Amino acid sequence: MKSFKWLAPTLYILFLMLPIYWLVTMSFKTTNEILGGFSLWPQEFTIANYVTIFTDPSWYIGYLNSITYVTINTIISVSVALPAAYAFSRYRFLGDKHLFFWLLTNRMAPPAVFALPFFQLYSAVGLFDTPIAVALAHALFNVPLAVWILEGFMSGVPKELDETAFIDGYSFWRFFIKIFIPTIAAGIGVAMFFCFMFSWVELLLAKTLTSVDAKPIAAIMTKTASTSGYELGLLAAAGTLTIIPGAFVIWFVRHNIAKGFALGRV
Amino acid sequence: MSVELRNVTKLSGLDTHIHETNLKFEEGGFNILLGTTLSGKTTLLRLMAGLEKPSQGEVWFNGQNVTGMAVQKRNVSMVYQQFINYPNMTVYENIASPLRVLRMPAKIIKEKVGQVADLMKLTPMLDRMPNELSGGQQQRTALARALVKQADLVLLDEPLANLDYKLREELREELPKLFADTGATVVYATTEPVEAMLLGGYTATLNEGRVTQYGHTADVYHTPANLVSAEVFSDPPINTARVEKKGDRFLLSDTVNWQVTPSLRHIPDGPYTIGFRPHHINLNPIADTTVKVEGRVLITEISGSESVAHIKVGDNSWVSLSHGIHQLEVGNTVELFIQTDRCFCFDHQLQRVTN
Repeated sequence: MKSFKWLAPTLYILFLMLPIYWLVTMSFKTTNEILGGFSLWPQEFTIANYVTIFTDPSWYIGYLNSITYVTINTIISVSVALPAAYAFSRYRFLGDKHLFFWLLTNRMAPPAVFALPFFQLYSAVGLFDTPIAVALAHALFNVPLAVWILEGFMSGVPKELDETAFIDGYSFWRFFIKIFIPTIAAGIGVAMFFCFMFSWVELLLAKTLTSVDAKPIAAIMTKTASTSGYELGLLAAAGTLTIIPGAFVIWFVRHNIAKGFALGRV
Repeated sequence: MSVELRNVTKLSGLDTHIHETNLKFEEGGFNILLGTTLSGKTTLLRLMAGLEKPSQGEVWFNGQNVTGMAVQKRNVSMVYQQFINYPNMTVYENIASPLRVLRMPAKIIKEKVGQVADLMKLTPMLDRMPNELSGGQQQRTALARALVKQADLVLLDEPLANLDYKLREELREELPKLFADTGATVVYATTEPVEAMLLGGYTATLNEGRVTQYGHTADVYHTPANLVSAEVFSDPPINTARVEKKGDRFLLSDTVNWQVTPSLRHIPDGPYTIGFRPHHINLNPIADTTVKVEGRVLITEISGSESVAHIKVGDNSWVSLSHGIHQLEVGNTVELFIQTDRCFCFDHQLQRVTN
């Protein structure tokens, strides 16, 4: 029995990786081969799909748009959440616990609920079809999450650290930037990761609030499938490329995520 | 620097943390705040640091009212029970940080940090991060940061409580010397009477948000002004008993009585409370002026060369501390000897009676 210990995890990983493997092999096949029959690996290996994506602006612009609003959103969410989380972790004020919980309830509504009001509002003020529109809409979900994560990390830092710095002569902002932010860097990393992830995979709001100029990659992928027939190879290549940024970010914050779990947040 | 609390009170919600307090600390001296947890030591330190504002009253530094002054402007330094250092800075940068804030020239900073690091035996650790140090070294770093600033007022909030025994002894010996040279007024909070005795200087005893006595540490110990001060400054706790003074004798019970010490002979007859420390009631008659009582053993503890016994004598539960090892059976009746000339006598308001 002992020698079969590897079996369960291997099967588990195999099943987990299978769809991803399939996506990646598809991306190196021609559409004809994909539709033609069953093959475990590309019979005619091609990178034409990737070439198309990287040379055709109507494709790669989608990535640029997505990265733009995701970056804007992550920066806005975390920089707004930092002072808020500090207040929640350091001060007791009337209704602080209720307010903290209320922030979280913002995440309980499905994004679809907000699609129409956002669409109407942004159209009215001329923000429709801009990256900032999507970034702001995603902030509705990401700010509470970032506040929640950061509050956990900040509460892990003793209040005496702040006081020691003030006694040493640090002004509040100097302390906050030179000492406090480096101290909770792991938490900021985790918060940024979650903001990034939500914004990167969220499709409904991103699609509703853009039409041409700021269209995200996920929206471009769905449209291509419906207009120019079945370009499955191209679609698979686009899908593979969409996974890469997420994998990158996970790689960078993997240690900090573990810390976040240890602190009971995330 | 002279530090003075004038009619300071501190309320938090409906709770009173500090009752009206007037206290002038010895300028440039080593001052100890002695009291149990929640007696208000930390609150007093925080009021002086400016981390909290008094609900009423004023804090004066050098004849100047600083009650509303910001923490940053007060030129104080503080060391906590927990080891607080800036985790993102090396030990060197940690120590240098108060000087950097003051925008001192780099050369002077280097010189000062070098001196203090030498003094605190941190020179080999200067390039390390605080979390790579042992607890003792972390607290030395925090103390070094307090020292390098040359603050006028140094607040130490149980700085040795989280250290192991050996390190505590070592640092306790060094601390008064370290700050004596700087001329700073030091206020040191502790829960341990023994620590207060070893540190010397001046002691203020605190109980439930009230300063019950302030003076030379030895004086407070040997001549407590009231029972509360004596209780705060006694470990194991001081023993008390109700007695009746009749003529020149104190009557504890029908059978136990003794001659009143000459200094108290002229106080009026009536009921009093006497207090005597555990090492003044022994299993052997070690002084001339003793009185014998009989009691039942409740608990015994032997720590190295001393024996502690909790004894029930009549209605009183007392603690006795004797030299040497005495094996006592719990439940047995033993003879004990109170050194009557070491008894404090308190009146019905629990103030100590003198003459």
